[in-house]
Amino acid sequence: MTEAFSPRKYLRDITPPFCPGCGAYTVTNIFLRAVHELGHEDFANFVFCSGIGCSAWIPSPHFMADSVHTLHGRSIPVATGIKLVRPDVNVVVFGGDGDIVGIGLSHFIHAARRNLDILVIMVNNMVYGMTGGQVAPTTPFKTVTTTTPYGSFEQPLDAARLAVTAGACYVTRWTTMNINELKESIKEALKTRGFRFIEVISQCPTAFGRRAGFKDAGEMLKWFKENTVPIEQAEKMGENKLISKIVVGEFVKKQRPTLGETLHAMMEEAKKQIED
Amino acid sequence: MHFWQGNEACAEGALAVGCRFFAGYPITPSSEIAELLSKRLPKVGGIAIQMEDELASIGAIVGASWAGAKSMTATSGPGFSLMQEGIGYAFMTETPCVIVDVQRAGPSTGQATKCGQGDIMQARWGTHGDYSAIVLSPNSVEEMFVLTVRAFNLAEKYRTPVILLADEIIAHMREQIIVPGSETLEIFDRRKPEVGEKAFFGLEEVPPMPSVGEGRNVVVTGSTHDEYGIRVTADPVAHRKLVERLNSKIQNHADTLADFEGYNVEECEVGIVSCGCTSRSVYEAVENAEKKGIKTGYVRLRAIWPFPSWIIKKMAETAKSIIVPEMNLRQLYYEVERAVSGQAHVTALNKIGGGELITPEELMAKIIEVRRKYD
Repeated sequence: MTEAFSPRKYLRDITPPFCPGCGAYTVTNIFLRAVHELGHEDFANFVFCSGIGCSAWIPSPHFMADSVHTLHGRSIPVATGIKLVRPDVNVVVFGGDGDIVGIGLSHFIHAARRNLDILVIMVNNMVYGMTGGQVAPTTPFKTVTTTTPYGSFEQPLDAARLAVTAGACYVTRWTTMNINELKESIKEALKTRGFRFIEVISQCPTAFGRRAGFKDAGEMLKWFKENTVPIEQAEKMGENKLISKIVVGEFVKKQRPTLGETLHAMMEEAKKQIED
Repeated sequence: MHFWQGNEACAEGALAVGCRFFAGYPITPSSEIAELLSKRLPKVGGIAIQMEDELASIGAIVGASWAGAKSMTATSGPGFSLMQEGIGYAFMTETPCVIVDVQRAGPSTGQATKCGQGDIMQARWGTHGDYSAIVLSPNSVEEMFVLTVRAFNLAEKYRTPVILLADEIIAHMREQIIVPGSETLEIFDRRKPEVGEKAFFGLEEVPPMPSVGEGRNVVVTGSTHDEYGIRVTADPVAHRKLVERLNSKIQNHADTLADFEGYNVEECEVGIVSCGCTSRSVYEAVENAEKKGIKTGYVRLRAIWPFPSWIIKKMAETAKSIIVPEMNLRQLYYEVERAVSGQAHVTALNKIGGGELITPEELMAKIIEVRRKYD
């Protein structure tokens, strides 16, 4: 590191929109630190995509960068178009759990299957925060939200494991308490290729915490800390013991040809074939 | 000289005008466009990809356009319905792209392989909010080529999504076509910003468009935004300014965008207003009516939206009756009636189901009927 970290150089001078105590501040901070530590002086070679929801506002318009703020759930398709036309740029998607694995779930699975060379950072606050705290596909069982006033009666989705199954090359999950691990994970993801997915379990004291029984952001962080289980340890535990636990760590790290690589190989083949 | 199918001509037109990115989802009766572009685009360094659905298809072409490629998708009614949110996004973000809707009989799955013209109003009003659409309507294989080229040129010129509203009959029939040589083909490319220019979403009627990945720190959003792309979620003036400009950049040029074929428009007793496959029956019907001494004229819309009300008004100055034949249960009819505003009798001639065309004989019978009734 040649100079001290200053988030300002990566940001527009616009007041962030997040509530006090929101995990989006942590994610922004850690992401910028990771970028700084990798030696990027600016976002010259980055394009950010996001959908609709609080965490979609992490890059847009706050990052001094190209950012495309798309429709709810459609950040990954837009990122697909950008990345295929411009394979040389780093495309990073920011989104919430509702955006990425609710309304946009199909695109998430297919991008992982195709091994689209992008990094998706999903800020999982377990709720639809921007719309006022409705139940999400990630809300823990029996949690009170505005649309589950008697407690959620559905099982939540494990997005990290789904990404592994769908074919992602790099998958990690951390909470906003694991700031060092998260930072190193972002750095690792930015250095590697393929479909990369980082899930950050994040606190939303305003729309989630206060109804779910947490008096402030600190209590939520305490909850994360007390319930976090490293993946190595989780693999030795029975399913019953993992109920209500947050499994963190690296879920997969592998290499396989990216969509861009297989597409361009096909194009070279096509060019060789004589017109019929 | 080629003997092409309409969908084939559309794909060839896209290639000729420089389309280098196609994303789509299979749907009858548009799939041949995807198939042909999947075969041809890779050979010219272009990309064709089949996405997981139509929501992803329109998203991908918007992304590709922002990355600098001329992009297109092709679909039919059910897929066109799914694409509406993306069309609104493309309109709001001023993203040039082309959406081909090969109409079939709806609503819903309807009759998937049979022709219909039920998407005329959806093409104009399909997405939510205040917007304006440019919608072109081919009636021959040649026009599938020519209007695809025009759709791209208008998209680039006005920085807006353009819809090529074809139909199953035009898309699947085969005709001889002479393709204009590349030297005569007019191609319009989006205006790029000068160095240091930063207002990509205002200050001018059609602002210059940068690409992402050029180091310009472009901010794109479908939310209301200022001239620099910065989101403005509550200010009433910012919203009015943006949305009014987005609409007026199309509506102010309605005269330039008007594109129709006219015959006896200003000197007919009976006028006919039509588009797409239906208009092919009009030629014969008008010829036969004239042989019987009925002064008949027509306006055949090559661009449906913005609707050229003025030419219909012109027709109503002499025509006592105007017939609107269409393969739906009245859509263009209401627009014609509005334009005519009581100056002539407007009569609908509708037929749906089984892809059955309105025949020249049915049109002829209607011409005789209205002439007798309103003479």
